[in-house]
Amino acid sequence: MHDLVALNALGGSVAQIDEFDGVTIREVPDVAYASMAIRQNKEAAFLRAIKKMTGIAPPIPGQSVTTKSGKAALTIFWIGQDQWMVEAPFSSHENIAADMVVALGATASVTEQNDAWARFDLDGPGSVSMLERLSATDSAGMIAGAATRTSIEHLGCFLICRKPSRNFSILCPRSSASSMHHALVSIAKSCL
Amino acid sequence: MSDMISGGRLSGGLIDRSTELEFSFDGKQFTGHGGDTLASALLANNVRLMGRSFKYHRPRGVMSAGPEEPNAIVELRDGAAREPNTRATTAELFDGLIANSQNRWPSLGFDVMAVNDFMSDFLTAGFYYKTFMWPAKFWEKIYEPIIRHAAGLGALSGDADPDCYDKGFLHCDVLIIGAGPTGLMAALVAGRTGARVILADEDFLAGGRLNAETITIGDDAGSDWAQQSVAKLASMPNVRLMTRTTVIGAFDHGIYSAVERITDHLADAPAGKARQVLWRIYSRRAILASGAIERPIAFANNDRPGIMQAGALRAYANRWAVTASNQVAIFTNNDDGHRTASDLAAKGVSIAAIIDTRPNAPSHDDGEVLAGAVVTDSRGRRGLNRIQISLADGTMRWINCGALGVSGGWNPNVHLTCHQRGRPVWNADVAAFVPGKDGPVGLIAAGAAMGDFSTAGALAAGAKASIDALDDIGITAKPIRLPKAEDAPINISPFWHVSGSSRAWLDQQNDVTVKDIKLAHQENFQSVEHLKRYTTLGMATDQGKTSNISGLAVMAELAGKSIPEVGTTMYRPPYTPTAIGAFAGRSRDETFRPVRLTPSHKWAKEQGAVFVEVGMWMRAQWYPRAGETHWRQSVDREILATRSSVGVCDVTTLGKIDVQGSDAATFLNRLYCNGFAKLPIGKTRYGLMLREDGIVMDDGTTARLGETHFVMTTTTANAVGVFRHMEFARQCLWPGLDVQIISTTEAWAQFAVAGPNARKVLERIVDPEFDLSNDAFPFMACGEITVCGGLRARLFRISFSGELAYEIAVPTRYGDAIIRQLMEAGEPFDITPYGMEALGVMRIEKGHATSNELNGTTTAHNLGLGRMVSKTKDSIGSVLSEREGLIEADALMLVGFKPVDSSQPVVAGSHLMTIGDPVNAAHDQGYITSAGYSPNLGCSIGLGFLKNGATRKGEIIRAMNPLEGFEVMVEVVSTHFVDPEGERLRA
Repeated sequence: MHDLVALNALGGSVAQIDEFDGVTIREVPDVAYASMAIRQNKEAAFLRAIKKMTGIAPPIPGQSVTTKSGKAALTIFWIGQDQWMVEAPFSSHENIAADMVVALGATASVTEQNDAWARFDLDGPGSVSMLERLSATDSAGMIAGAATRTSIEHLGCFLICRKPSRNFSILCPRSSASSMHHALVSIAKSCL
Repeated sequence: MSDMISGGRLSGGLIDRSTELEFSFDGKQFTGHGGDTLASALLANNVRLMGRSFKYHRPRGVMSAGPEEPNAIVELRDGAAREPNTRATTAELFDGLIANSQNRWPSLGFDVMAVNDFMSDFLTAGFYYKTFMWPAKFWEKIYEPIIRHAAGLGALSGDADPDCYDKGFLHCDVLIIGAGPTGLMAALVAGRTGARVILADEDFLAGGRLNAETITIGDDAGSDWAQQSVAKLASMPNVRLMTRTTVIGAFDHGIYSAVERITDHLADAPAGKARQVLWRIYSRRAILASGAIERPIAFANNDRPGIMQAGALRAYANRWAVTASNQVAIFTNNDDGHRTASDLAAKGVSIAAIIDTRPNAPSHDDGEVLAGAVVTDSRGRRGLNRIQISLADGTMRWINCGALGVSGGWNPNVHLTCHQRGRPVWNADVAAFVPGKDGPVGLIAAGAAMGDFSTAGALAAGAKASIDALDDIGITAKPIRLPKAEDAPINISPFWHVSGSSRAWLDQQNDVTVKDIKLAHQENFQSVEHLKRYTTLGMATDQGKTSNISGLAVMAELAGKSIPEVGTTMYRPPYTPTAIGAFAGRSRDETFRPVRLTPSHKWAKEQGAVFVEVGMWMRAQWYPRAGETHWRQSVDREILATRSSVGVCDVTTLGKIDVQGSDAATFLNRLYCNGFAKLPIGKTRYGLMLREDGIVMDDGTTARLGETHFVMTTTTANAVGVFRHMEFARQCLWPGLDVQIISTTEAWAQFAVAGPNARKVLERIVDPEFDLSNDAFPFMACGEITVCGGLRARLFRISFSGELAYEIAVPTRYGDAIIRQLMEAGEPFDITPYGMEALGVMRIEKGHATSNELNGTTTAHNLGLGRMVSKTKDSIGSVLSEREGLIEADALMLVGFKPVDSSQPVVAGSHLMTIGDPVNAAHDQGYITSAGYSPNLGCSIGLGFLKNGATRKGEIIRAMNPLEGFEVMVEVVSTHFVDPEGERLRA
């Protein structure tokens, strides 16, 4: 095993946490991601294979689904037509893309996305106030598990509602994590 | 100033007398109370003169008590935070407010530019167009600066706006615009259904006219009912009450823009708080409850401080407990004007007379009613002290008064209904335009905004609009029991202006008089749009809120048409002046756009790298070392070290696109003009992508990692464009192909390791089971490997520099660790990090094209890559690249350049001229696209396009910039300055 030190998207080795009155902003580095897109005419086989691998069926547009099992819980969220992202704990699933290639075979195209995204979680009653000034999405109206593409700070992002009105994840392109963090902190200072 | 004329604070009102607020106006200190506006506080201090007019510099005072104010326009705050052209009538007073009048010199009381007033015969409508005609060159340098100095409004500070602004997005079922009786009732009805409601009002106190009147609703004072309603709404979690929020525009699909003023009313805004938020409100339905604006009646010298809207006088007395004078006269054409007399009299103000244009005017208990009379003139140098009246029998009379309340009726606030080119319609019952049926879809105008001026009418209309709006979106609202309120008719008899020979103002902000309209009519500028532009009626910060309709009425009278026949000009967003900062939001200065940082950014910073913006990326430009005093020293060193041993460069920024699917090879074969169908697994190929018109779009290498898996690289700048092009091809051109694509640029950190020792360095970090020998991993090989004891990586043997080179990719989070590993592994070889400049020079030395050459006008033929366009298959752009004009014999061809005198520079952008030919566009031979100093050759070198360049090697040609008188003689050479046989990269 290698002993290379991983850097988080914000450049540190410890996740950045910023506390405000009403919201905690957390950098969440310990997640693995892989995208999957159905190969042509392979939908039925793909659905069987993904269900077999994860125990859950991919959600409809605008939604995510999460497996029930606690620590190693997987989440699948919709990212495009016939296209989803799988999210899982990094420590146990760093190689999830390779595992999916095996499990899904020729039913889907799988791409490793572990480090394509930087995830920031907003937690607290002020989350919606912040999101109102960040994204055109109706965050106040998002139900648990709602997931959407949206533009935040000029960046194409994913926004996932973990707990309505309270707990949200923002996934932004990793190279712009510092700009996103600056935007989140600025807006928190402005509206909280 | 006599006591009779002076005004000041009255009893009652909705102000907080326990709070004393100090403020200054033109350097003089005053005191006001909580709840005051700047205008009400100035009136309370007996200040009637608040500004000078635009053109004639006439003394002006406050005319209104709201956003329509044309005269009391001031500068607020000081230093960089100074904001010109703000309305004293809407500026909320706070302790320490600094306000200054504008458009006057040296002072408001004595303004030398008031001389313009005596020259008014020369400054009529259109004088700009008539007077400063010649000599033409005088306009820009002489006339315009003089006019701009004399006319105009406030001045900007000239400093950057020190405040920050946010943008935001809100969603609701019903947006209610205006929190007067109509809006409050609409919100109460909608709020009880649980629907998501936003109630926005520009005032800091909800209630609208209820706060300005003495009317009752049920058993409560109107203002009390308003506050009770606000309290009810505040208890509903589904209702968002937004005061200090002006809805400024109506856009498609129920979208409205609104500006919320967050800290404008605070002396010291908390650090980091946005001053204002520009909201985009997504509504399913909207109710316009924006009320109405009282219109004046024009008469001679009707612009003196103290002459105000009758409703404004009432608002100042009832809400702010101030009067502009203790002796007030009223000039009206409707019953509403009589209310002002009653309300002021009740506060102890003496009513000098009620001049009512209607011969059958009702009598009044508090003052003499002069029925059928009109005001014909006024006196008072810096404020009104008497008015002249023409009585019904024609006799003239002067009356002393310090304020005159004028009511010509009320104009519904139709503006937002016109933002999508809706046209208002004339309602003769109220003698005003009301919203037409062609307003924004989903917007219902109600209450005074629809011409329903009584309180009972407003409450009923608000409730009905709310029920109708909700019903439209499938929400059933229960009818609400309406409280009892006044329901008086207004009994208006239209009356627009008193004729006479002196100037009677219509548009006080722009100094447009009845005479100007007559002149426009006489000169045939009769269409409303021409009228507006010729006279400037309705322009500037107030956008004619108090003047438009009166101006139209005068034009109608002159043209012998009805007012609706004349029509109105178009209202456009924003409804009220909006700070540019609010539109910019946080997209300014260094946060104008987000930046992208490479995986080695932290390490590069530690090395003291100088960074350069490349698109949104921050890339290391060079890495200065101790003792280097000029960037060329650093760059030359990096180049020589790389070519002699080994260098490393972060190339993560190149676009990486994952292409998969059973038809991935076919897809790429159609996308690239050269063949990709038979690219073996484990191989990389350089590919050229054409646009449909045959021009080169992008280039890059694509690696085949598996039977159905490719990774494409694009140029940094074109990554997004190429991905979009591929999505279009995949979804629209060939939906039958089984191809899936996704960007993976961010996921992998990629480093170029180049130079004769590159293999030796890599062998020290690549895990031993992977053979990097030239036989096992030759030029253009690729593969998935592991490094540093098991980290997954991708290795490509490709070379941009022309050296033996590899690009190695690892998961981004390990990018920092890998650059450190490479530097450590390369230490015995003196490995040297190199930046964008060295990269650029080395690729010029090798004759490789970049976006300088793929500049959107060049073909494969121009680039010397014509043979890459395969004739044995079809691909995007291949047919049109064969067009006659693109392949003619003397087409531009990519060549290299060297200066004849090696001490001379080669300059990119230079144009090429044949020796002996005239220097002009017709004889242009081409241009230089890229240039740099080659430390290997010891001189500047360049690449560029030259007509028929392939056959002109050895020719001496002039590279010149005729604009700046610059010229260098250059020799046309091969594009391959270094290793033309390509032996190094295959080593």
